This record gives sequence, structure tokens and C-alpha cells, in this order.
Amino acid sequence: MSLTLGVLSIQGDVLENVLAVKAAIDALGIDGTVTSVKTPDEISKVDGLVIPGGESTTIGRLSVANGALKILKEKIDQGMPVLGICAGMILLSKTAQDKVVGNIDQPLLDILDIKLERNSFGRQRESFESDISLNSIGIPSFNGVFIRAPAISDVGSDVEVLSKFNEKIVAIKKNNIIGVAFHPELTSDISLHKYFVNLTNTLKN
Amino acid sequence: MLPLSGERINAKGIISEKLDSVDTLRGSSTLKRGFAHMQKNGVVMDVTNVEQALIAQEAGAVSVMVLDKLPSEVRKAGGVARTASIKIIEEIMDSVTIPVMAKCRIGHVNEALVLQETDVDMIDESEVLTPADELRHIWKWDLTTPVVNGARSLAEALRRIEEGASMIRTKGEPGTGNVAEAITHIKKVNDELRTIKSIYDSGDNQDLVRMAREFKVSYDIVEQTAKLGRLPVVNFAAGGIATPADAAYLMSLGCDGIFVGSGIFSADDAQERANAIVLATTFWNESDKVKEAQKMIDERQSIPGLDVKTLDLRMQDRGGSA
Repeated sequence: MSLTLGVLSIQGDVLENVLAVKAAIDALGIDGTVTSVKTPDEISKVDGLVIPGGESTTIGRLSVANGALKILKEKIDQGMPVLGICAGMILLSKTAQDKVVGNIDQPLLDILDIKLERNSFGRQRESFESDISLNSIGIPSFNGVFIRAPAISDVGSDVEVLSKFNEKIVAIKKNNIIGVAFHPELTSDISLHKYFVNLTNTLKN
Repeated sequence: MLPLSGERINAKGIISEKLDSVDTLRGSSTLKRGFAHMQKNGVVMDVTNVEQALIAQEAGAVSVMVLDKLPSEVRKAGGVARTASIKIIEEIMDSVTIPVMAKCRIGHVNEALVLQETDVDMIDESEVLTPADELRHIWKWDLTTPVVNGARSLAEALRRIEEGASMIRTKGEPGTGNVAEAITHIKKVNDELRTIKSIYDSGDNQDLVRMAREFKVSYDIVEQTAKLGRLPVVNFAAGGIATPADAAYLMSLGCDGIFVGSGIFSADDAQERANAIVLATTFWNESDKVKEAQKMIDERQSIPGLDVKTLDLRMQDRGGSA
């Protein structure tokens, strides 16, 4: 059955993720399409969704405004595969703290039991690129592009740690959910997007 | 996909400390242009204090831009406009979680370095402030912090990108509450992009060389841009945006996002207007939502607009010939 993938297009790095997912579908030779989705109606039709990088407060507030957040939570709770990148991973968490500001009141999907810190590595000047590895999902080396990135200090018992950098957790997985602190869509390496498309395909069929 | 790597050797960034026994790279073109990518489809709001910054964040702004005075006030005050007080910038950085940008004067390298040292997330080399060097803009490849520049035409935009700008915005005419110039500039850039794309598609390399000479930029960047059919970096609209409908119109012209200067905090209904402009920018292609947003504001509270033809000071001309 044909696979329909979506990239949440409220705000942020949408186009790059659409292109990366498309390249992944082609590389895997899967019968599938990818579109950007914004309205609850569009979201209801996808088999798997990428929540891209951007500003988590913006994406959160506007997903509340158009009703997207509610259906997102329903679908992810029901098992829809989701790849949350940077702001996307923040949205998936139960609570978010900021390194400088502390507790923040922002709309979240309240799904992942993780202790997450926003802007964990510092401001833009401290943004960095570095090699990381996600060995447990068969990606031994990946160019991690961290932009004002969040990091996780602790995870609940049902959350698997996929990658750590400098003692901080930067990639996690819980069943149908993947969260990463870095931006795979800003590199030409599509291995993580391929892993996600494959996961969606396996869970659907 | 837009090219992220930049073309220059020093765009590769600096190797900083080893963490986890691997080299980490900071200030690369990917990181600087990548930051601008995270702002796409968002609204950056001009603010002058913490209170305004919090209203902007609450409304869903993707960043705040710190100034000493809003552009409309700069226009009234006259004199020399410089970068904002570092204390105020730091107070704002300690209060909001969204990125904080600040403006420096055109060509003022050391104001930019001060802002970089302050740790702002992006620097706007801006015509709203009084230029320090009309002939030479800052050589932005040397900065770790990304820089956004204004442009009125494709030629100006490409010149700034060749100097290392990680993001472009149209200039419009700041502080007027009049969106006409922003519309003119974005349409001009779009027209010129169509022109060079059609030259590229026709395979007429000699004509592309001619365009490069006319634009006063290298052949390589003209060819790259012509092939893409759009600017090679993220492109926002700015200058005179005052209402949700203004924002939606600029998004419909193909902008990646918008900057709002005086339009929000010079209006008497700032909070509602901030919310409304963000809504209209995000949902610009859903007319019912733009109408809802427009209904949230009261035209009687809008910034009184200025006719651009009668202005003594045209900020958009600053640094434009360089």
C-alpha cells in the first residue's frame, strides 16, 4: 500500500525535510509520497510525520490556534511514527526548561517522558557541527548539525537513548517516536530520514 | 535545497574545542545559514525593552530584534542612530527563550564584534541606524554570528551574500507604516530572478556574464542563483509592515518570513496586533484565517502611515550603491 508521509509546515525548516524524505523514499524504492501538512485535515491523512526544526514556542502556539496539536497528539498516541527534530523533539516532550530562563509555559504534546533542556549548548555562537553516532539504529557516523540545540539529561524507563554527545543525550527513541537534537535535513546524509521512512513503512504494513 | 556550505574557504568555520574527543566546528556557513532556516515562515519583531520582548514571544514571534528606538522614533529623533544598549540586550536575552537579534550600523565592524561578544543570535547590519561606512559593508565571513542584510534589488542582495550575509531581507522604507516600498522591492527581486533564470535556461552564458557585471558581483553567484531561481539564502520581507493583511500579502509574494519594525509597538493595540500578524503570516494562504487576524486589530490604533514620496530621510538608500 502506498505510503503517505508528511512534514508539519507550521513554521521552520519544512522544505529541507520534504526534500530529505523524498530522497529517502526514492533511495529505498518504496511506493510513497511526501507533502507538507498544516491543517488537522491534512495531518489526519498521513502515515508518518516529521516535525521539523524551528522555534518550538511558535510551532506550539500556532498548532494550538489551528487545532493541529490536538490531532497530532491523538495520532502519535495511536502509534503514528513521528520524527521530531530539535524544536520537534521539544514539542514531543512533557516539560521543557530553558538553560537561562528556567521553566517555560509553552504548549507541548506531552508524550515523551524526558528531562529536556532548551538551548542546552548555549546561544547561536555556540552552535556546532560534530560527528556523532547512532549505532543502535545502524548509523555509526553522522554529521550532527546542532543549532541552539536542546539536550536531554534523563529519560524515563521506556525511552531508548540512541546517541549522546559530551554526556548529553541528543537522540532518543520510544516505539514509534524518534527525537533528535540536531538537524539531519541540513546535511546531504539521508540515513536518518531513511531509517524513519523504513520504520513508517514497517509499522504500516 | 538552498546551498548551505558557502563558497569560501573561511566559510568552513573554526575548529573549536574538542568535545567527546572529536573536533567540533563553530561558525560554519551551514550553522549560520542554518540558523536563518529555522526562522522560516516566522515573524521577527522589533523591540526596545523586556516587556515588549515578552509580548513578542507570547504572540509566537520566532525572534526579537533589539533596538534603542523603534524605526519610527529614529525617524522623528534625527541625529545619529547607533546599536542598542548592551545592558538592555542582555536583559532581554535573560528573559526570553527565542533568539535575540540586534542591529549594528552599516560597515561598523566593531559594533558587530561587540554584538557577537554579547552573544546575540543574529546581527542585522541595518540601514535603520546611521551608516558608519557607506562604501564598505562588514566582511561577514569572518564573524561566527550570522548576519542579515537589507536589499532593494537582486544586485544588492547578491553583493551582501558575497560579503557573507547569511540571510537577506527587503529594505522597504522603515518606520513609515507604509508597506508600498517593501512590496516594490520584493517584486523587483522576483522580476530580476525570473530574468536571470530565463537567461540561464536559454544557455546564454555571455548574457549571464553581462548580468554579473551589471550587478557588480561574481559570475559564480549569478549562475548559482539563476540555476536555483531564487536567492541562495533565506529571504524575509521588511519595512513598513503594519497589519496582518500586509504580512499575508508579502508571504504570498514568496518571502520566507517577515520582520515587523514599528508596526506593532508603535500601534496602540500592540499585544493583539502581535498575535494577529503572527497568525496571518503562518496561515497567509487561508483567507478565513487572515480575515480573523485582521479582525483582531483596530485600524484606528494603527501606526499613522507616512507617504514615502514626502520623506526627508530615505533609509533604504543607505549603503545601497555599495
